[in-house]
Amino acid sequence: MDAIDPLLIARWQFGITTVYHFWMVPLTLGLGPVVAFMQSRWHKTGDERWYRMTKFWGKLYLINFIMGVATGIVQEFQFGLAWSEYSRFVGDVFGAPLAMEALLAFFVESTFLGLWIFGWNRLPKRLHLACLWIAVIGSVISAYFIIVANSWMQHPVGVELIDGRPVMTDVLAVLGNNTAIAAYIHTIFGALAVGGGFLLGIAWYQLWQRRRDGIDTVDSTGRVVVGEATDIPGRDRADHRVWISSLRIGAVVAVVAFAGVAASGDLQAKLMFDQQPLKMAAAEGACHDGTAFSVLSVGNLGSKDCDDVVAVIEVPGILSFLANGDFETEIRGINSLIPEYQEKYGTHLPDDPMYGARAGQEIEYLPIMEVTYWGFRLMMGFGALAAVAAAVALWITRRGTVPASRPLMQLAIVGILAPFAANSAGWIFTEMGRQPFVVAPNPNPSGTDGVFMFTAAAVSPGVNFTELLFSLAAFTLVYAVLMVFEVRLLVRYVRGGVASSVPKLHARRDDDSPPPSDDVLAFAY
Amino acid sequence: MEFLPTLWFVLIAVLWIGYLFLEGFDLGVGMHLLFSARSERERRVMLNTIGPVWDGNEVWLLTAGGATFAAFPFWYASLFSALYIPLVIVLLGLIFRAVAIEYRGKGSTDAWIRSWDFALGLGSLVSAFGVGAALALTTTGLPLNENGDRVGGAWAWFNGYAVLGGLAVVGFCLVHAAAFLALKTEGPVRERSRRFVSLALPVALLPLAAWVLVIQFRSGTLVTWALVLVAVTAAVVAWFANRAGREGWSFIGLGVFLVTGAAALFGAVYPIVLPSTLDPAHSLTIWNASSSDYTLGVMSIVAAVGVPLVLVYQGWTYWVFRKRVTAASIPEAHAVMPAVRSR
Ligand code: HDD
Ligand code: HEM
Ligand code: HEM
Repeated sequence: MDAIDPLLIARWQFGITTVYHFWMVPLTLGLGPVVAFMQSRWHKTGDERWYRMTKFWGKLYLINFIMGVATGIVQEFQFGLAWSEYSRFVGDVFGAPLAMEALLAFFVESTFLGLWIFGWNRLPKRLHLACLWIAVIGSVISAYFIIVANSWMQHPVGVELIDGRPVMTDVLAVLGNNTAIAAYIHTIFGALAVGGGFLLGIAWYQLWQRRRDGIDTVDSTGRVVVGEATDIPGRDRADHRVWISSLRIGAVVAVVAFAGVAASGDLQAKLMFDQQPLKMAAAEGACHDGTAFSVLSVGNLGSKDCDDVVAVIEVPGILSFLANGDFETEIRGINSLIPEYQEKYGTHLPDDPMYGARAGQEIEYLPIMEVTYWGFRLMMGFGALAAVAAAVALWITRRGTVPASRPLMQLAIVGILAPFAANSAGWIFTEMGRQPFVVAPNPNPSGTDGVFMFTAAAVSPGVNFTELLFSLAAFTLVYAVLMVFEVRLLVRYVRGGVASSVPKLHARRDDDSPPPSDDVLAFAY
Repeated sequence: MEFLPTLWFVLIAVLWIGYLFLEGFDLGVGMHLLFSARSERERRVMLNTIGPVWDGNEVWLLTAGGATFAAFPFWYASLFSALYIPLVIVLLGLIFRAVAIEYRGKGSTDAWIRSWDFALGLGSLVSAFGVGAALALTTTGLPLNENGDRVGGAWAWFNGYAVLGGLAVVGFCLVHAAAFLALKTEGPVRERSRRFVSLALPVALLPLAAWVLVIQFRSGTLVTWALVLVAVTAAVVAWFANRAGREGWSFIGLGVFLVTGAAALFGAVYPIVLPSTLDPAHSLTIWNASSSDYTLGVMSIVAAVGVPLVLVYQGWTYWVFRKRVTAASIPEAHAVMPAVRSR
């Protein structure tokens, strides 16, 4: 084996770039529908509050959106760059959803968003609103196609094995893959959780600022007394309604999203139990067959030796319920599954040059258990935390504003990160739990028999270690720098309040100067 | 067996040509930003000519990539992994470009704006050059073994054709963008752009012409030679139209030049999609690189629905934003200040 294994670098690169892309994506998916909803309300009611909300959240949406675009371009080409054997193997079926995504979704998304950004005051109002909705729907469709592609790697359907390669025979089976439908619903709700938390945290901060600056106060019953600060652009009475509405919308979205994520996650767990039993066992750290779900285990998960793992808190029956909807089904543990995998897929990698230095090595069927076990729990934990926090926030703000407490405000800001973390944890669990396969076999005959691929065989044979190291370093560095810029811009526009996106609010003070044109979004650049 | 792979070869050629035509002026405007604009306001005028459309134009590249993956997975896998380093650099260029367009105007200091302008210009230049190099090598060949993998190390792809292709696309983008700016702006930017077309066109299109001729002499057919003739005529027409102040005709002429020139390239290499310079037996063709007929059939239906739709709504976008952009229509930048009581 090389000093550093090219496969390892390729995997790190894919992991880093994709997880990074999936920080922008859920915010785009979660914020888009909310902004479109705000603009719809504005058209319906004519209330200035909704106009300001559209402009403000729309600005943040765009700052984030562009990073999703920039990092998405990398995704489209990565399979060919570092994973050419993978691309050759799956191309007949996997390329199709990618091409559909580009042709049917990305074009819609980018074109209509351009129309929305530049169409203010230029398109008829209803058409302008329609453009935003179409762009948002484009995003939602794009997510579907990419999840179809990903789910095929988890549950290969709709193909026949011809000359050792899966060949598509039924596109409807691929598009209607039950794994894809469950994962799609789950991902969309996960994204809405991100959008909800974002609204909640930032609106909280704004309301807190109004209190700190003495604009809003509370009376003896704790009810808000809304004030006005003529010396600060945008801090008028309507401003208060902007933030309290944003906060409440965000909190409700976050709570509802969690319900959706839990329901769809339950569906996914049942599919996973059926399709990838070893991933399920690894998610549980379960060596022996059993029915109990462990909330917390101690011991050395990495030892792969069950006597080392001790469940501290255990809920009997829950694991069965997750997997099969009852409380009695014995979930098979690692000890009984591994021999089955060895029997079906071999104990050693074939002695074939395509496995490079790994040819003939023993196969490690168990994914990294620390990752699967904790990834699963962090996903659920952060999600639940965010939902509980959102529910509490609804209660705290029932009298129209937030407490003047600074730590509470800081908590609300940090809380924005929880749904992001849940999403990342979920993906890392899903993707790493699939190892050592890049296309996972389904031992129960629900996937197509014999269609699977070891990750070790998937990398580009012609690409060498230095090239991979160069690109890994370059992407990581560039992404890190861009993250700094994105966060700086977001912070800047958030601190500016609504006036940062509605310049005419600046002009209210000295009324003799003509107000700056509100055409800024129309000439966004 | 014959029909579907050929259809998809044509479709992918159309996607690449669409990309070069549309993003050609986006990339070119990015480069012009570095040297033709005299003031911040002029830079914003130039940027706003592509503002509403550049992202949609870039999707042509994504679709070309995705369609290649779906229809010719072996072509996708061999080409992209063989050109690993240059394509990574193209991707970095595209990333910086996209982010710069959106972020440059959202900062407050001059240094912020100038740095992003630099990123935008350089990103455009690098991506145009890299795409050109990759396409040129697709027509002239790469050292591929029987599995379709590049042999000879990270730089084995590099040769004169790569440079020629890179220069060809950069040169075309510069002229094309100038013709576009002349058509879409008023005032000094328009004048300067017209002068640029007059001076630069005869030189800047030479590399593309040279590349086309190399391929024609290798494997041209009667039809592709006819296309070359049309291309040359179109370039001449474009130059004279520009001199005569007919900006629309000059832009169309350049467009025809690109479409016919590139069509001649694709037509001449057909049915080989990626030649191997080591052994012709290792070359990828529309037969040995393509997906199954079933997949191609499915994708044909998707394309039959999708492509006309895209053309309609992208065309509509250009119509909505058909007015010329002028300095007067660019509002002052506004300051973003924290909405807090200073203390
Ligand atoms: C659940 C949703 C989802 C997932 C799992 C992914 N993406 Fe994504 N992607 C989106 C949802 C999305 C989006 C919300 O639609 C984005 C974000 C910003 C945008 O423009 O669209 C996007 C952007 C985006 C773009 C840029 C589109 C443009 O220019 O408008 C590309 C090329 C990709 N993605 C490709 C991929 C690939 C190849 C992925 C798999 C590895 C991937 N994405 C994961
Ligand atoms: C957007 C959310 C996603 C995240 C966060 C994510 C995360 C990851 C991670 C962490 C890895 C590394 C696994 C390892 O090294 O063990 C990986 C690998 C991979 N993922 Fe994903 N993934 C996502 C979506 C997708 C999608 C949608 C696809 C397919 C379209 C996909 C295809 C792959 C491939 C081909 C690999 C490389 C092979 C491997 O190492 O397993 N991923 N992903
Ligand atoms: C009770 C709560 C939850 C349950 C039961 C649950 C269940 C699951 C399961 C079983 C998977 C793996 C699917 C597979 O491997 O095929 C998964 C993946 C994932 N989860 Fe969750 N989850 C929950 C909460 C959340 C939350 C709160 C979020 C984010 C806000 C989230 C985001 C994700 C993501 C992004 C993935 C990977 C992509 C996918 O397969 O959809 N999950 N979840």
